[in-house]
Amino acid sequence: MYRIGIDVGGTNTDAIILDENHHLIHAVKSPTSLDIKIGIETSLRNLLQESNIDKAQITHAMLGTTQCTNAIVERKKLAQVGVIRLGYPATASVLPYTSWPEDMVQKLSGQYALVHGGYEYDGQVLGEVDETEITALLEKWRGSVESIAVIGVFSSIKNDQELQIRDLIHEVYGEEFPVSCSSLIGSVGLIERENATILNAALCKVIETTTQGFVQALKEEGITDAAVFLCQNDGTLMSIDYAKQFPILTIACGPTNSIRGASYLAKIKDTMVLDVGGTTSDIGVLQDGFPRESSVAVEVGDIRTNFRMPDIISVGLGGGSIVRSDNGKITVGPDSVGYKIGQEALVFGGNTLTTTDIAVRLGLADVGDKSLVAHLDEGFAKRVEAEISSIIEQAIDKMKTSSGDVELVLVGGGSVVIPDAIRGVSRMIKPENGGVANAIGACIAQISGQYEQIYIYSTEPREDSLRDAQEKAVKQAVLAGADPATVELVEVEETPLAYHPGNATRLRVKVVGNMK
Amino acid sequence: MRYLDKAAVENIAVGAAFLGTGGGGDPYIGKLMALSAIEKFGPVQLFSVDEIKDEDFFIPAAMMGAPSVLVEKFPKGDEFVKVFQKLANYLGKDQITGTFPMEAGGVNSMIPIVVAAQLGLPLIDCDGMGRAFPELQMVTFNLDGMPATPMAISDEKGNIGIFETINNTWTERLARVATVEMGASALVSLYPATGAQMKQSGVHHIVTLSEQIGEIITSKNREANDKLQELLKLVSGYELFQGKIVDVIRETKGGFNLGQMHLEGIEAFKGGEMKVHFQNENLIAEKNGQVVAMTPDLICLVDFETLSPVTTESLKYGKRVRVVGLPAHEKWRTEKGVQTVGPRYFGYDYDYVAIEELVKKAVAENV
Repeated sequence: MYRIGIDVGGTNTDAIILDENHHLIHAVKSPTSLDIKIGIETSLRNLLQESNIDKAQITHAMLGTTQCTNAIVERKKLAQVGVIRLGYPATASVLPYTSWPEDMVQKLSGQYALVHGGYEYDGQVLGEVDETEITALLEKWRGSVESIAVIGVFSSIKNDQELQIRDLIHEVYGEEFPVSCSSLIGSVGLIERENATILNAALCKVIETTTQGFVQALKEEGITDAAVFLCQNDGTLMSIDYAKQFPILTIACGPTNSIRGASYLAKIKDTMVLDVGGTTSDIGVLQDGFPRESSVAVEVGDIRTNFRMPDIISVGLGGGSIVRSDNGKITVGPDSVGYKIGQEALVFGGNTLTTTDIAVRLGLADVGDKSLVAHLDEGFAKRVEAEISSIIEQAIDKMKTSSGDVELVLVGGGSVVIPDAIRGVSRMIKPENGGVANAIGACIAQISGQYEQIYIYSTEPREDSLRDAQEKAVKQAVLAGADPATVELVEVEETPLAYHPGNATRLRVKVVGNMK
Repeated sequence: MRYLDKAAVENIAVGAAFLGTGGGGDPYIGKLMALSAIEKFGPVQLFSVDEIKDEDFFIPAAMMGAPSVLVEKFPKGDEFVKVFQKLANYLGKDQITGTFPMEAGGVNSMIPIVVAAQLGLPLIDCDGMGRAFPELQMVTFNLDGMPATPMAISDEKGNIGIFETINNTWTERLARVATVEMGASALVSLYPATGAQMKQSGVHHIVTLSEQIGEIITSKNREANDKLQELLKLVSGYELFQGKIVDVIRETKGGFNLGQMHLEGIEAFKGGEMKVHFQNENLIAEKNGQVVAMTPDLICLVDFETLSPVTTESLKYGKRVRVVGLPAHEKWRTEKGVQTVGPRYFGYDYDYVAIEELVKKAVAENV
């Protein structure tokens, strides 16, 4: 029994095989191609040929991809979205797409409608849905929208109106028409949730090609019976069908996979992880094996959203970072020679002083020709090393939750440039195979479910509320492909609401289970 | 007189959120409403108090309710005008000279800008708090005996009410009940004031101060320390602490968000600890067990690096902040001011001591 994990990064596509005991059988790296399918195919082919395993024994295939992130950042391959906001006459003071970048609005065509509907904070009806109003709207939009985002006021309390609209759209436009309901995507905060829902709706075509490309690539390599999954940014997996409904959840799965993989390789569940690439390093925190979530509104392609994202700090320091000395002041990065490191770094015969050259000069790394950096003054190299330490120290300190020293797991291709001793770090762990930590993270991921709602504890006691939220989260996990028997509660967050007489609390729960 | 454009509105939103001392809710929605209104109706005129006549007549505009409801169900847009005009009609005034903010903080720094833009009325550089407080009687106009009512209240559905109450505490009680029924978020117009009353009882230059604070906080490519020093100079404030939030305890009581947060010292304050108590707004700051600032003086939390204001709803374990203390407006430091918004009103067993004294004492005792 084998599992295959593939991580399509900006530079490399990594592919690995794990056996049923999660032992790494083989790993390959190949350049990421413009058409990701080709890069995936190449990685897969090399992986299977070099490892020579029985393909029929492959039971699972996991893909981590940045395709959706890129589509938003580059404004490419996005669908024409129709936005239906339920809540009129409330909320009309701030219309959909307010403060969005103009080019993005144009790409999505900017069609929206404010219709009657929505709920009050305590679950009372704010407005009734008017089906004729919706049907008329759908007739008007016919042919000009490819995907629809539905957002209801306080749909986190009750989402039946959103689901009713979804069913209506399916009746009018057909079962296959992509509809994104906000209650399933973001948390409380209408504008941010609406933005996330619009982005999700806009990604329906990208995720379709990506998933098809993956399934197709597997098929061409003769892998037809494996269960296929995509990685989410909380370190868990989703089925292809689920991914098609929630493509936005793939955003930032790369760093998540790295820190999950690092934790797995180092066999530590609560730790900090430093993943060093060519240009930047990501620092994340694992709590009980999962990445800590960001607590602030996150901008994706300059658009403010509130769907869950891992709490990651990126610093401009990597193996290709350019080292400069100006009147005795040493700077490292944030610019980098990037993928040209093989030509431009001194140790490879180039003319640019990089962090890798410093590491070789100090004997921390053994790459290229070390005689080419022998002329560098050792004192100077030490000072550069101190600067690198200081950049990392500061970033680590920002991520800490207490003043004590932390254990740090170090992974990534550029990790040779990181000095062994960093202030604030009690122990530095460099696991074997750290270079493919991201693909390993993709391969070992579990399946999660999440549910958030405002409960009135005075009418629905806390225990009942918790049970209800947990049941709904389990349903989400099962829908995503989890085995119901293995699902367990991993996170509960409660936020009491001001001004409410009935002890209202926003309750969020998360469950995780093994794959079916 | 000068015009407030979109850039000014951005800065006012940031500065007012700072003066909001953690309360007043996420200023984001308010800012979007104000920016949308200015885009549609054009820039808003801002007059200083010196430029208005004693006999001129003004009505403020504000929102009342739960900040957490506002981020989900925000107004339609025309109810500001409706509630404003309802009060004007009730008062029998056909000529309202302008509008002004009730408080500096979150959404309520922005609502009067929306009203001013929609009605083409000037905004006056004056409010009734100089910061944010949770209750309707906690305004400087009340200290001078001005009645809050007649008051108009409205929701986005079109319900409008007028209150005439026997005193301003009753206004708070009754309006709070109506607000909850209206979906925990309502538009209000109260404390109608003449130019003379604003000159005597308002907190002057508050919009401009908010804007100046916002300008400093949002200025780019500058060290956080430099920005902070400039800010402290502007407001005669103190940096009380640098810390990381290690615990937040919250409860809902009597319709308010109460709680306290614990900070662990970082950087220059390593080894120390701070506890901040809040009821929507931050009210008491204790450093190493000793009170270093208390209401009505301002206790503002800002992000450690960007200095952007941190509201009490967004407090979270692990967040790195600076705690800044500012002296309150002199009207709050009078006997009646302290009775209305001092520590004892909020249930803390302390006599009010000015922040200048507390900081001096802490320095002397090396706290």
